[in-house]
Amino acid sequence: MDETISKSRKIKGAVLKGLIWAAAGIICLIMFCIIALILTRGLSHISVELLTSKPSMLNGTVGILPNILNTLYIILMTLIVVLPIGVGAAVYLNEYAKNKKAVRIIELATETLAGIPSIIYGLVGMLVFVQFCSLGTSLLAGALTLVIMTLPTIIRTTQESLKTVPDSYREGSHALGAGKWHMIRTVVLPSAVDGIITGCILSVGRIVGESAALLFTAGMANEILGFFEAVEPGKAGSTLTVSLYMYAKERGDFDTAFAIAAILLILTLIINLSAKLVAKKLGKRN
Amino acid sequence: MQTLKKSADALEKLMRMIFTVCGFIAVAFVLLITVFLIVSGTPAIGEIGITDFLFGTEWASTAKEPLYGILPFILTSVYGTFGAILIGVPLGILCAVFLTKIAGKKLSAFVSGAVNLMSGIPSVVYGLVGMIVIVPAVREVFGLPDGANLLSAILVLAVMILPSVISVSETAIRAVPKEYEEASLALGATKTETIFKVILPAAKSGILASAVLGIGRAIGEAMAVMMVAGNVANMPGIFKSVRFLTTAVTSEMSYSSGLQRQALFSVALVLFVFIMVINLILNLVVKREKK
Repeated sequence: MDETISKSRKIKGAVLKGLIWAAAGIICLIMFCIIALILTRGLSHISVELLTSKPSMLNGTVGILPNILNTLYIILMTLIVVLPIGVGAAVYLNEYAKNKKAVRIIELATETLAGIPSIIYGLVGMLVFVQFCSLGTSLLAGALTLVIMTLPTIIRTTQESLKTVPDSYREGSHALGAGKWHMIRTVVLPSAVDGIITGCILSVGRIVGESAALLFTAGMANEILGFFEAVEPGKAGSTLTVSLYMYAKERGDFDTAFAIAAILLILTLIINLSAKLVAKKLGKRN
Repeated sequence: MQTLKKSADALEKLMRMIFTVCGFIAVAFVLLITVFLIVSGTPAIGEIGITDFLFGTEWASTAKEPLYGILPFILTSVYGTFGAILIGVPLGILCAVFLTKIAGKKLSAFVSGAVNLMSGIPSVVYGLVGMIVIVPAVREVFGLPDGANLLSAILVLAVMILPSVISVSETAIRAVPKEYEEASLALGATKTETIFKVILPAAKSGILASAVLGIGRAIGEAMAVMMVAGNVANMPGIFKSVRFLTTAVTSEMSYSSGLQRQALFSVALVLFVFIMVINLILNLVVKREKK
C-alpha cells in the first residue's frame, strides 16, 4: 500500500507533520519557560513582610498588602454592579425580547464591547467617571470602568446557561399559574446559576489581569484602605498588575515585580482550574 | 383578590421594564464610548489639521513649537501588528491542527491547558518577561546598543495573540464535517495531505476570523508593548525604538495638558476607528461562515 505513495509525497508529508509538532513544541516550550522564569525569580521574593505591609520610604521596605486589598475591592465593587446588569440583560435577551432587531442590536453592542481594547476603556473611564462624574482618580472609577469591560462576559455566559434551561420548566411554571417574574425568579435563574458563576470567575480573571484600564482611572496610590474607605470617591489605589508595572518600569525593582508576577500566575492558575471545575459540573448535569 | 392581581401586574410590568433597561445598557455603553471619544478627540484634529495630524511624520509634543504628526504611531502599530500576525498566526494554526488531528486525548488536554493558562496571564507579566528575556536577547543577538525596539514588541505580541488564534482556529477545524476527512482518506490522500488540502481549506473562514481577532488583540495591546518597545516616537524600523498608537496615549497622559492632551484623545480616536473597522471585518467574516 505504502509503495503507491511517491517519495516526494512522503517527504512533503513528513516535513509538514514535523512543522505541526514543532509548532506545538515551541508553544509548550515558551509556556514552560515563562512559568519557570516567573516562579524561580518570583517565589523566593515572596515573604510574609511583603504580603503584610505597605511600601515605606523611611525604612526602605516594600510591601504589597495595599495592592492585594485594592485588587479584592475592585473585584468586589465591579461584580456587585455588573452582576445584576449582566444577568438582567441576559434574562431580557432570552426571556423577554420578542423583537429580533432589538436582540441583534444588543448582541452587536456586546460583541463590540468585547472587542474594544482596555486602553480605550481606561481613557473613556477617565473622561466619564474621573472627570465628568467627578469621582476623581479612585478605585470606584476604576471599578465602574471594569463594569463596562466585563459586561459582555457576564451576559454571554448567563445567556448560554439560560438557553440550556428546558422550556418544559417554564411551561410547567406557567401552568401552575406563576407570573413571568415569579417564574424567572424561582425556576429559570436557579437553573442558570452555574453559568452565572462561570461568568463571575471569567470576569475575576479579567479584572485580576487588567492594567491599562486602571492606570488612569484607579491610580497608583499604595495606601492601606478599609473597604468602606475604598468605595469613597477620590480614594485612589493601584491593583497588583498596576503595581507590577510601576515596580518594573518606573522603579526597576525587578525582584518585587517578579514576586507579584508569581502571585498573579498562581491566581490565574486557580481561576482557570475553578472555571474548568464549574464547566465540568455543568456538563455532568446536562 | 382584585388588588392582589393589580399589584402583581404592576410588579410584572416593573420587572419587564427593569430587564429591558438592563438589556439596552450595553448599547448605551457603546454609544457613550463613541460619543465621548469623538467629542474629546475631534477638537485637536481640527486645530492641527487632519492631514498634518494623520500624515505628519514628526511628534514633538513638548517642543517649543510642538508638532503633532501621528504617522509614526500609525505605521508602528500597523507594522507591529503585521509582524506579530506573520509569526503568531501560522504557529497558532499549526498548533490548532496538532490539538485537533495529531495529538491523542491526553496530550491534547495538556497542551490545551497550557494555552488556556497562557490566555489568562496578565499582559504586564508578558511585558515583564519581555523586558527581562527578549529585550536583552535581541540586544545580544543583533549587537545593538538597546534591545527595546519594534522587533522585541513583535515577538512579545506574537506570543500574546497565540491563545486567541489557537482557540478560534481550533473551533473552526472541529466544525469541519468528519465526512470530508473520511472521503479524502478513502480517495488515497495521506493524513497530512488531508489536513492541508481538505480540512484547512474547509475551515478557511474560521481561520481567517482567528487572524482578524489576532490583529485586534495586537493593535490594542498597550502595557506589554509599553515595557518592551522603547517608547520613542520614531518612524518605525525593525531595530528602532518605537511608539505604538496605544503607548502614545499611555506614555504622555499622566503629564499632558492643553492641546497635547487633546491630541492624545485624538490618537485614541484613531485607534478606536482602527478597532471598529477590524470588528466590522470580523463580523463580516463570521457571518459569511454562518451562511
